[in-house]
Amino acid sequence: MTGQLAFWSPGEQVSLREAFGRVLCHLGETRSDFWLFDADVAGGTGAKPFADRFPGRVVQFGIAEQNMVAAAAGFAEGNCIPVVAGFASFLMMRAHEQFRTAVAYPGRNVKVCCSHVGVDVGPDGATAQMVEDLAVTRSIPNVTVVVPADANELMLAVPEVLDLDGPVYMRIGRSPAPVVFDRDHRFRIGRATVLADGRDAAIVATGTLVARAVSAAETLRREGVAVRVINLSTIKPLDRDTLLAAARDTGAIVTAEDHNRHGGMGGAVCEFLSQHHPVPVEVVGIDDRFGTSGEAEDLCRHFGLTAADLVAATRRVLARKP
Amino acid sequence: MSTGNAGPYPGELLGELRSRAAEIRRRVVQMVYDGGSGHCGGSLSVADILAALYFRELRLDPDRPHWPERDRFVLSKGHACPALYAALAGRGFFDPADLTRFRHLGSPLKGHPERCVPGVETVTGSLGQGISAALGMALGLRRKGSPGRVYAVVGDGEMQEGQVWEALMAAGHFRLDNFTCFVDRNRLQGDGRTEEILDLEPLAEKLRAFRWHVQEIDGHDMAAILGAIDAAKRVRGQPQIIVANTVKGKGVSYMESVPQWHGTAPPTDPELATALAELGAEEAAT
Repeated sequence: MTGQLAFWSPGEQVSLREAFGRVLCHLGETRSDFWLFDADVAGGTGAKPFADRFPGRVVQFGIAEQNMVAAAAGFAEGNCIPVVAGFASFLMMRAHEQFRTAVAYPGRNVKVCCSHVGVDVGPDGATAQMVEDLAVTRSIPNVTVVVPADANELMLAVPEVLDLDGPVYMRIGRSPAPVVFDRDHRFRIGRATVLADGRDAAIVATGTLVARAVSAAETLRREGVAVRVINLSTIKPLDRDTLLAAARDTGAIVTAEDHNRHGGMGGAVCEFLSQHHPVPVEVVGIDDRFGTSGEAEDLCRHFGLTAADLVAATRRVLARKP
Repeated sequence: MSTGNAGPYPGELLGELRSRAAEIRRRVVQMVYDGGSGHCGGSLSVADILAALYFRELRLDPDRPHWPERDRFVLSKGHACPALYAALAGRGFFDPADLTRFRHLGSPLKGHPERCVPGVETVTGSLGQGISAALGMALGLRRKGSPGRVYAVVGDGEMQEGQVWEALMAAGHFRLDNFTCFVDRNRLQGDGRTEEILDLEPLAEKLRAFRWHVQEIDGHDMAAILGAIDAAKRVRGQPQIIVANTVKGKGVSYMESVPQWHGTAPPTDPELATALAELGAEEAAT
């Protein structure tokens, strides 16, 4: 069976982890070069359909992430790509040093794919809500950091992630999120996409905040403010051209991410623009706090990650324009 | 418990391997002297094991370091890399003259092993990770149906890392019989005696409980090392671990069992001369 990959329709509410399982199953039919490395959380990461369909291509490590990540480094040779999936806090944070030293430093072809990122996690609370993953991955040399915006983009991203020869960290969301892109979307690692054009300000969003950015831009457009919306789906390497053009054309940037405001995508954008084309920037994210329990939508309101928060941030940045 | 069966190894072979071990030791001390820092003690304790592996056991091709069918070796206690570099140079992976640039800026022979060195399979130096990487290699070779075997050396102090026990548990669970591990049981670590810092005993019993085939040997008895490797290779359905009782700083009188020679200060000029004289004498006596 090598059927067509079934995409969702824009506007549908789909968890990115469901897309992760779907695309792994699809790719499993046509390519034999990747293996799922699991630490007893395939149900949580969305990989379970793949594990059920291809049990011989799963290496089950038990609840022992440090061993799993360093073993992936040893396993990744020739035509064997480990897709190491887990919850961000317990995989990327607990085994961060193994990822840095055993995987990233020698440039091993290992893909670490983490669900349970940001407050999108919902009711599990702060221990499972990793709000620091972009900071701790993008600061490691050799690592590519990919953050799909929706279920369809995730399914387009996974084959590209597998084809890139080198270590990758990819975020997978947990809670249902609106589908933004249709099947014709072109995903390329290192390339941002512009979803709406405008020259008054630009919202640079990543992950599930992209849909909210689109919504915020529509609100602002009705008020006569033309906002460019950029989906920054690769945090590292940055798409410098798209960011420079946005800074030059609009002179006012809002960044939006489900992550600590410190060290994340907004930080990456500021590091770049402050050196190459300084403009006022408003960084929207979790304001240096731990997460908490609640439904994902409620948590977005609680932590200031809604479309309305992006509208307010855009007004603030417009007021700062010289 | 089985003990190392010496087996009928020709005196000529044992003499050659002892000579290789002495060469590794001389190069270790010279390297740490030339490099200005490094870890003598644990490099000297593991020298006989590396001599047995690199000059008799491992199926390698120095002209094709990435030959897919090769055996793999991982020095999980990466700080003992002077001994590994000396063995690789002796085995023909690179020019022994390069050893003089150990730890120098621009040299591939860094303070801990990296894959830029021909023959080094994986980066180690962060204790606990090498055994996991070796486990991953053994899993990968088995899945590919490769005849290659994986050998690793962990330090006894290193076994205080929790990750080592994750790897031990996984290898036993996976019944990885293509995986042979040594414990360089020199009983010392950076700050003192392993038993005082965090007691590992009863080590062999713990390893058996983790489903490994366990042998205990004198890690400086070449015939015992060869016998243990050969016995390990005959084991089916279990990974094998060889607890090699060793002396930290073995072969240099003033370093033996002296914690300060864990690292990283180099020997002084007179200390170097004494060490080389003793190690030369050791070889002459074999």
